[in-house]
Amino acid sequence: MSDFDLIVIGAGPGGYVAAIRASQLGLKTAIVERENLGGICLNWGCIPTKALLKSGEVYEQLSHLDAYGLSVTGRSFDFGKVVERSRGVARQLASGVAFLMKKHKIEVIEGTAKLEKAAGAPRVVVALKAGGNRTVTARSVILATGARARTIPAIGAVPDGERIWAYREALTPKTCPKTLVVIGSGAIGIEFASFYRALGAEVTVVEAVDRIMPVEDEEISKAAQKAFEKRGIKFRIGAKVSKVEKTKTGVAVAVEAGGKAEKLEAEVCIVAVGIAANTEDMGLEALGLKLDRGHVVADKHGGTNVPGLYAIGDVAGAPWLAHKAMHDGVHCVEHIAGVKAPTVTAPVPGCTYANPQVASVGLTEAAAKAAGYEVKVGRFPFKVNGKAIAASETEGFAKTVFDAKTGALLGAHMIGHEVTEMIQGYTIAMTMEGTEEDLFNTVFPHPTMSEAMHEAALDAFGKPLHI
Amino acid sequence: MSIEILMPALSPTMEEGSLAKWHVKVGDTVKAGDVIAEIETDKATMEVEAVDEGTIEALLVEAGTEGVKVNEPIARLSGEDAAPAPQTEGAKAEAPKAEDKPERKADKPPPPAAPFQAAGETGATAKAPPAPVSDSGDRIMASPLARRLAQAAGLDLAAIKGSGPHGRVVKADVDAARGKAPAAPASPGAAPAAAAPRQAQTLAQLGIPEGSYDLVPLDGMRKTIARRMTDSFRDIPHFPLTIDLEIDGLLAARAKINAMLEKDGGKVSVNDLVLKAVAVALKRVPEANASYSPDGIAMHHHADIAMAVAIDGGLITPIIRKADTKGLAQIAAEAKDLAGRARDRKLKPEEFQGGTFSVSNLGMMGIKSFASIINEPQGCIMSVGAGEQRPVVRNGELAIATVMTVTLTCDHRVVDGAIGSKFLQVFKALIEDPLTMIV
Repeated sequence: MSDFDLIVIGAGPGGYVAAIRASQLGLKTAIVERENLGGICLNWGCIPTKALLKSGEVYEQLSHLDAYGLSVTGRSFDFGKVVERSRGVARQLASGVAFLMKKHKIEVIEGTAKLEKAAGAPRVVVALKAGGNRTVTARSVILATGARARTIPAIGAVPDGERIWAYREALTPKTCPKTLVVIGSGAIGIEFASFYRALGAEVTVVEAVDRIMPVEDEEISKAAQKAFEKRGIKFRIGAKVSKVEKTKTGVAVAVEAGGKAEKLEAEVCIVAVGIAANTEDMGLEALGLKLDRGHVVADKHGGTNVPGLYAIGDVAGAPWLAHKAMHDGVHCVEHIAGVKAPTVTAPVPGCTYANPQVASVGLTEAAAKAAGYEVKVGRFPFKVNGKAIAASETEGFAKTVFDAKTGALLGAHMIGHEVTEMIQGYTIAMTMEGTEEDLFNTVFPHPTMSEAMHEAALDAFGKPLHI
Repeated sequence: MSIEILMPALSPTMEEGSLAKWHVKVGDTVKAGDVIAEIETDKATMEVEAVDEGTIEALLVEAGTEGVKVNEPIARLSGEDAAPAPQTEGAKAEAPKAEDKPERKADKPPPPAAPFQAAGETGATAKAPPAPVSDSGDRIMASPLARRLAQAAGLDLAAIKGSGPHGRVVKADVDAARGKAPAAPASPGAAPAAAAPRQAQTLAQLGIPEGSYDLVPLDGMRKTIARRMTDSFRDIPHFPLTIDLEIDGLLAARAKINAMLEKDGGKVSVNDLVLKAVAVALKRVPEANASYSPDGIAMHHHADIAMAVAIDGGLITPIIRKADTKGLAQIAAEAKDLAGRARDRKLKPEEFQGGTFSVSNLGMMGIKSFASIINEPQGCIMSVGAGEQRPVVRNGELAIATVMTVTLTCDHRVVDGAIGSKFLQVFKALIEDPLTMIV
């Protein structure tokens, strides 16, 4: 007889959402967390960075108030308060998760879990935070242990908490560095670059690939680089970091690009070169759990090669996004509980909350072509969108990629003000298997920036209205 | 006149919340839209706005109180006027926009980020196929893309089983159907597809004039029964296996059990014993507890036994989950509870959706034997006839025994004749010697 129907290991967005769904489905559920409820997302990722970025955005806004006929004197900031606000937001949400666990009668076990082979699903031995061990069993166990910042010790790209930062240090700095090198131009690197630049830091971003934000559509990469350069961020693209060294005054980042070597000096360096799954010291090897490049190999329901053991979210591989983890978690639990899920191919949108924001879903134009699609591509700039002009937020554009044969929307890509709030429109269309006609026939409210989404669909078929 | 301010429901599922903070104190005047309190819910703290104007007369719940029930009064407002101010929500619609899109004013609209295609209105933009309608007149649920792909491939949507939400036909279903049957050429004059869907003729065409009958509209249950039974009977290669069971021993055992249970008020029916025997037999012959799927045969871990219950206007099949792990008394209690709530139409969806094996019993109606239609995706359904005294031949002589005939309808894709027969043998042995059920 097991203690629980389900034990979830890790209370990040994937884990705690899985636990809630399990409780809703009548499963007796426990969740093990070694640090904070809410995981990285809530405490060290998605949420606190959004708080910082908002401060940065408002502060930046103050410098061009004249566009609105306004003026202000004495623009300044209290860096300590900016950081404290971000921590407060994280605390508030973490207590919200605690409330949710209580509401759903989910037992929270605070400690570090280890798995042991058992007749059914692996046994969970928790080294309790409060001291001592507690062994619990369940019919099913979900690994939702997430991931952490990847480091590259060979070149010295390892956070020391002082001069070399990863996201944790970058979220809780004591002072705002005057000069900053960011290694990596994915969402995390770009968001920190954007925030620190907004508060006046001299920022240089180093990217190994030949364009920034390499997962995005090429046109978006190009436009994003231009927009960030306009704000004073410098880039080194196609650049290899060969050494990160501490100096007396800060760090020196040795970079090679196009055969030229260069040394970038700064107070601080942020390492944002991807993430590594948390699979160590949990007894996974002894269970014979199959891993692939550090990530747990899981099927579409989260099932692994170990009976009764499932894996969801970051620990189970890319894309490393909170909303993917939550979606995985719900799906996995419904599968465990025997709820028959309808066939839905849900594309996972990706968002970067820099200024300007970048949001996308589905295939890039290049990826669609590489997959053999004949494509129709549409674009529409916010420069000619009424609401954007009225709000003086005319940067950026929306781009659509359709399958020319079937009219299926294959992908959509946006850069501009608050586009992260809009991408779900295209995501719904794709999830419901909409075609261009459905987007044509949808009435978009006027005046909104979302009208550009409509126009980008019309444009793909050569009939935009306002351009 | 006082107005009570109630704990609002900030989400449809919210039953209670914590009152985190008051933004007003007794004696404050508020107007509609003023933030008066903060309430903690799910993932956020939400602000509560006043809907009426007036003076705060009393705060009925202290800040920091947890578990405040929705609609519980949290404060009292004394209205300035007798009539509370009307709610202002929704009143802030924008002024009518006579201007119009300012973008036209830009003397030269800047070009989009890259030249756009000047494609004509051809190809995929041609007319979208109209939403198809099935024989029975229902609109067929299909995603726009699935509709278009089916039309291009010359496939009949009505013939494709939907696997999307609410049985919606999605791209994957059309792709699968296309994989099975090569797309029929859409050119006119082409030979009709081999298996043209059956066209239902109207009653009038069949010689029953209108006006000679009353038409009862199809309700949701009737439509579901019609669709599921048609799909199952048409698409699943099924066959019946029939066997006679002598149940005198079972009846005697039942009488004993009921005598024992009498003081607890419990009672066990023949059907409960049948359910128990099915559960045990499925455990012993797991091959009969299986479902066909294109990816493989699903061997179910547990026997979730669906039992057909006739209700007003149709029937429904509530499920005894994991019957293989349950004792007779529990099965009897659950069967009674499920059947009762089925008749009251109070079952939750999860109580009648799924199941790995079905039992249908028409014995109490005097039916001797019948063969039910498979309840997809289950591999088998058992039809139980009446237990009646019949002549039997024992050792070359006529004798009288109580005999019950059961028929197992099998999905041949999963359960072959030998497996079905093996299951029935085990089942027969259990029924004829009920003591073996507990071993």
